[in-house]
Amino acid sequence: MVESITLEVNGTSQTLDVADPDMPLLYALRNDLGLHGPKFGCGLGQCGACTVLIDGAATRSCLIPLGKVGQRAITTLEGLGTPEQPHKLQAAFIAEQATQCGYCANGMIMAAAALLARNWHPSEQQVRDELAGNLCRCGAHARILRAVLRAAENR
Amino acid sequence: MRRIVIARRRLLQGIGGLVVGFSLAPGMAAAAGKTVASDQVDAFLAIGRDGAVTLYSGKVDLGTGLRVAVRQMAAEELGIGIEQITLIEGDTALTPDQGPTGGSTGVAVGGVQIRQAAATARQALIRLAQERLHLPASELVVADGAVRPAAGGAGIGFGDLVGGRDFTLTLDKAAPLVDPSAYRLVGRSLPRPDLPAKLSGQHTYVHDFKLAGMLHGRAIRPPAVGAELLAVDDASIAAIPGARTVRRGNFLGVVADSEWAAIRAARALKATWTAPANLPGSDQLYAAVRGTAVAREDVLASRGDADRRLAGAANLLRASYEWPPQSHASLGPSCAIADVRADGATIWTASQATHKFRPVFARFLGLHPDTVRMIYLDGAGCYGMNGHEDAAADAALMSQSLGRPVRVQWMREDEHGWDPKGPPQVLDVRAALDDAGAIAAWETVAWLPLNTPGLPAAPLLAPAAAGLDQPNGQSAGLTQLNTDPPYAIADMCAQIKWLRETPLRPSNLRAPGKIGNTFAVECFTDELAAAAHADPLAFRLQMLQEPRGIAVLRRVAERMGWQPRPSPGPIDASAATLVGRGIAYVHYKNAENFVALGMEVAVSRATGAVRVTRAVCAHDCGLMINPDAVRNQVEGNILQTISRTLFEEVTFDHARVTSTDWVSYPILTFPDVPTLEIELIDRPHDRPMGVGEAAAAPVAAAIGNAVFDAIGVRLRRAPLTPARVKAALAARAA
Repeated sequence: MVESITLEVNGTSQTLDVADPDMPLLYALRNDLGLHGPKFGCGLGQCGACTVLIDGAATRSCLIPLGKVGQRAITTLEGLGTPEQPHKLQAAFIAEQATQCGYCANGMIMAAAALLARNWHPSEQQVRDELAGNLCRCGAHARILRAVLRAAENR
Repeated sequence: MRRIVIARRRLLQGIGGLVVGFSLAPGMAAAAGKTVASDQVDAFLAIGRDGAVTLYSGKVDLGTGLRVAVRQMAAEELGIGIEQITLIEGDTALTPDQGPTGGSTGVAVGGVQIRQAAATARQALIRLAQERLHLPASELVVADGAVRPAAGGAGIGFGDLVGGRDFTLTLDKAAPLVDPSAYRLVGRSLPRPDLPAKLSGQHTYVHDFKLAGMLHGRAIRPPAVGAELLAVDDASIAAIPGARTVRRGNFLGVVADSEWAAIRAARALKATWTAPANLPGSDQLYAAVRGTAVAREDVLASRGDADRRLAGAANLLRASYEWPPQSHASLGPSCAIADVRADGATIWTASQATHKFRPVFARFLGLHPDTVRMIYLDGAGCYGMNGHEDAAADAALMSQSLGRPVRVQWMREDEHGWDPKGPPQVLDVRAALDDAGAIAAWETVAWLPLNTPGLPAAPLLAPAAAGLDQPNGQSAGLTQLNTDPPYAIADMCAQIKWLRETPLRPSNLRAPGKIGNTFAVECFTDELAAAAHADPLAFRLQMLQEPRGIAVLRRVAERMGWQPRPSPGPIDASAATLVGRGIAYVHYKNAENFVALGMEVAVSRATGAVRVTRAVCAHDCGLMINPDAVRNQVEGNILQTISRTLFEEVTFDHARVTSTDWVSYPILTFPDVPTLEIELIDRPHDRPMGVGEAAAAPVAAAIGNAVFDAIGVRLRRAPLTPARVKAALAARAA
């Protein structure tokens, strides 16, 4: 029953032994590859905490089955930057202290990264609309908006 | 002094070798014999041979910034930088019991205690240096991790003075604190140290923590609250490799080697339950609240004789306000890891109250409390007791049954369906105006649940289902406070009807009770102002005597450009969008922060949707340790409570909660976020007060008042949903 699936994650090829190709990508990233950036929030595609980039598009990794990812390039939060060398969005989130518990931050940053990749200078309204499907429970929204706009200015 | 029974070998196992992504903190290796007695300096603070300082905090950082604030408070007293401090939080084996991180006490109580420990240590370090430098204390200074002569010259580093040894000192309440005029760190918006890791996937949340040999578990909750488990069909999961069930009485769980297999097993498992239908259903909620047996009546506050004065009053107003049950709705469903063995247990949890729950877990596991260790790891934000402790209890029972470490991750429907809820509230208010248009007399009668039936506090689900004894955990919080108006009213009475039960298991949800209470008190104050044809701000100021309260109200009015006039404002009958403004004030718990909040709203006549367009807040919490962290909390309080006021209501049928995802329990999203303008008032010579709750309290009232100003109809039931607003508009037109 176990089959091998090869994923392209953060620029590296990773081969996994998978018991069920219907397993959502999220569990492979978190449990098999130890990538904890993407978070389990709902498993329903409703909150955005699990967002990764697949060929640059913000994608809910809690919904997409592992067997459907194919050879497309997956980028997780870890693939954007590190504490030592943060991505512009990560740096902007730090500069704005745009976090409380931080559980939603992965989704915010990944969704914003997809937005900035296709629209390098969004208006505040465009950022609001883009992030409308990403939930934050602590109420860090105003800071998150500022952080995304700051990152856009620093490109 | 408490003796730590957990063997050193076990302790190190828990912290080090078995753990992925959890670094061994300095000072930890030597900690097995460490005191946690909260009157001892050594309980809070240790200085290593290299002079590095480790702080031990029973209070934890729930995403609030405590992690930087506590460092600032201690570093200030010790004359060091915050980067020289390692902070251990909420580990019952290493930290003193400072009470749960609730009620906005993290800095106000926990930080203040640690500050006093640091001040006591500073005095001790000076005494030690005195002997070696042969100088009086008055000629010594503490700076940069050393005690040195004020006149200049070589000092002695902390590591050299005390490194690696205990202070063996009782906390000195009289140890002098650094004067605010000399603050280097307190009062500065230093960045939170945990954010770079949190923002790059490197931070270890409880959800990320793993133990070798760990099984993945899921608890199977019944289809109805209180259902009994009749039968389990183990064959229904036989096709899933490694999956098996765990049953303890009416507690049912599944485990598997992989998380996905556990999820599949939880979905596939067939079990037969009884079908009790004991809930009133949310459409009958408030009738059920009023019909609940009253366990006790209390008078919270009383002056004069409100009853007599109101009985004969000519200008009597009365109203009833209703606040719904709400969920913590944490963004990440609760998660915990438990390793329960015959001789002890270690539990990794995001609980805000590890010390409080240690004896609870010990009792239902049948272990001595000294052998149970609960270790705090960050979770998704909780705003009181959410599902963290329940997930930990699920994991503990399964681990005990299986003899293996078990990780339990709740699913979304578990968290929304089964986290203990902020309970519903009903407030009946009546008041009379005097001839001058001021409030002559006021009475509040609040209907609040005393606690869960059978237990004076919210019981944990798993041991309750398993029929295991458990002592009290957390209560629903001080829900009765702020039911009395903060104004000078000669005849006033606030009375609480403590209800014997409430439909759903209650807990303390951010600013417990105070949001609903302030909704009633401050909206009704506006109703009285409207009856008196008075400007709502002027009406409040003429009755308010507290100078710090007057100051915050004036700040908000100035920032808003408040134009004095009665509410409602002029209403344009042809406008598609109706706009209004409102104000509300709270002296939090009648003892803490002073908060004034102004809101501007836009109401769609077509849909009834309310949008808050602007929120202006003036906030006085005394001394601010870290102003940006304060601001972050104030922002969060306001936005989360806008969400609660406009969108949030737990629904349930006769069996169970039906709002079990983000569609049926919507919260605020980015398009709903208003402009936030926050004025922080710093009072460096006053005690620091907590900021995790207070600014939430006036939000619903300010919105209710602004909606009234916009549409001329008073909404007294939260949330202010489009359907309710539309119905109110239709009623007004009719």
